[in-house]
Amino acid sequence: MKIAVCISQVPDTATRIKIGSDHKSIDPNGVTYIINPYDEFAIEEALKTKEKIGGDSIVYVISVGDDSVKETLRKALAMGADEAVLLKSSSAKDSIGIAKALAEEIKSLGCELVFCGKQSVDYDSGITGQLIAEMLDYNCVSVVVDFKLEGNKITAEREIEGGREVVETELPAVITAQKGLNEPRYASLKGIMAAKKKIIAEKPAVDSSSFTEILDMHLPPSKQPGRILGTDKSAVPELVRLLREEAKVI
Amino acid sequence: MADKILAVLEQREGSLKKVSFEAASVALNLANQLGMQAEAVVVGNDINNLNEISKYGISKLTHLKHELLSNYSPSAYSDTLASFAKETDAQILIFPNTAMGVDLAPRIAVKLNAGIVMDCMKLEIIDKDVIATRPVYAGKALIEVKLNSQTKIFTVRPNVFKPQLVNSASTQVEVKQVENPNLKTRVTAFKKSEGKLDVAEADIIVSGGRGMKGPENFHLIEELAEVLGGAVGASRAVVDAGWRPHREQVGQTGKTVSPSLYIACGISGAIQHLAGMSSSKYIVAINKDKDAPIFNVADYGIAGDVFEILPALTEEIRKIKS
Repeated sequence: MKIAVCISQVPDTATRIKIGSDHKSIDPNGVTYIINPYDEFAIEEALKTKEKIGGDSIVYVISVGDDSVKETLRKALAMGADEAVLLKSSSAKDSIGIAKALAEEIKSLGCELVFCGKQSVDYDSGITGQLIAEMLDYNCVSVVVDFKLEGNKITAEREIEGGREVVETELPAVITAQKGLNEPRYASLKGIMAAKKKIIAEKPAVDSSSFTEILDMHLPPSKQPGRILGTDKSAVPELVRLLREEAKVI
Repeated sequence: MADKILAVLEQREGSLKKVSFEAASVALNLANQLGMQAEAVVVGNDINNLNEISKYGISKLTHLKHELLSNYSPSAYSDTLASFAKETDAQILIFPNTAMGVDLAPRIAVKLNAGIVMDCMKLEIIDKDVIATRPVYAGKALIEVKLNSQTKIFTVRPNVFKPQLVNSASTQVEVKQVENPNLKTRVTAFKKSEGKLDVAEADIIVSGGRGMKGPENFHLIEELAEVLGGAVGASRAVVDAGWRPHREQVGQTGKTVSPSLYIACGISGAIQHLAGMSSSKYIVAINKDKDAPIFNVADYGIAGDVFEILPALTEEIRKIKS
């Protein structure tokens, strides 16, 4: 079976975001990029699935972006993915544009099972997997914390408010991975060496017009540091009074 | 006939959820400004509180009904809602940005060839355009966006847009039977988690971090959350250490929340945690280290021992609540 994993690279979560001079994107200076944390769960689940079903399964990792994304693809190859595809695009795309490019490639590779992170921690929309599924007319389970594949049949658990939904569906399907699905493996030295020899195919991403226009990016209003009311429990009555009378939240 | 804005309501276990009324109020508010008409739609089987929608000024609610649709089905709900939106020629759709909304809205966007903006915290009309403000990088920055598509979908963050009561005539409820729902993907069971309330839905959150010293001390957090009617949250450090389940994690790789009150206990305030909670309306920090970054975003702080302060705080609140 051919399995695709869609990945993206994002600023390290410890990054202090600065706004770029265009006021529409971030200032990339000094930003360290990492593989999107949720995508690591997606890669791990793809590798586990390949190991389980055996045979001549292939795991492809696919990303949309510029040359800088190659490093992230290389990390996925080092974890154990077989082949990588970089869909080159220098212009920013919205979620729909990215999903279109990924869906086209998944179709031409003929992958029946697709894993994505449940959201990429930059634009945080959390919809790329669902969009791809809809564009390909695949089934889809999002925010998955438990995944089982038997033959053609998928049983997955997705996290929702206050619990988990048990979802049943069939291949072909897109699964978006939530933290808790698995423990992503570290790349072994052997894996890292092998990844250096693997080829990253480069293709232009399909062009599509974007529905989304970013008008402005800014930092949230900074909060004034508040009051320290004390250093022990004698401050508690004052805290409760303020919460009731000033903040009116309890 | 005026163009339509459709609020897509959410029901679980046969009841409309509070986020439904938030979405309805957003739809009505936009419709009033744009000279459009706000309607609502919900998919489900028996729903016990449909009439509550009349309090929010929605003139018409369509209930797309089938006995197999009491539980969520991504395929059936999206098919049903997309054909209804086409039928009514809705120009704008408003969804709650919940687990269901995030799953459904993008599917419907593709079916309707619509643009989509997720997790909106503000929707304003400027020159007849809807300008949406939403957080990116887990709230470390905000963007203002507009959609150039004919049909537009916005999902709204829970707890941000308050439902507005409107004195108006009653709502016309129309029940439409769904035929042959597409159950290719279906929910077969719901496993309720132990915690009472989910951080993503709670209006008050009491969160614990590494300063709680161990999982055995989280009963102090749970007790305070309990008297406040709030949810228990956790920092990434304690989730990664296995003290608390991931569903409670607040921050960039957990949930981004905007409750009215956020009480951070023994949390120093790593940047990825602050990103997930600093849009809370009021923040209280309890931490021994007076220089902890959490105090920079807190409205009120006590720079002391959580093990002394938490029980006293729970007791004091219990007193005023009784």
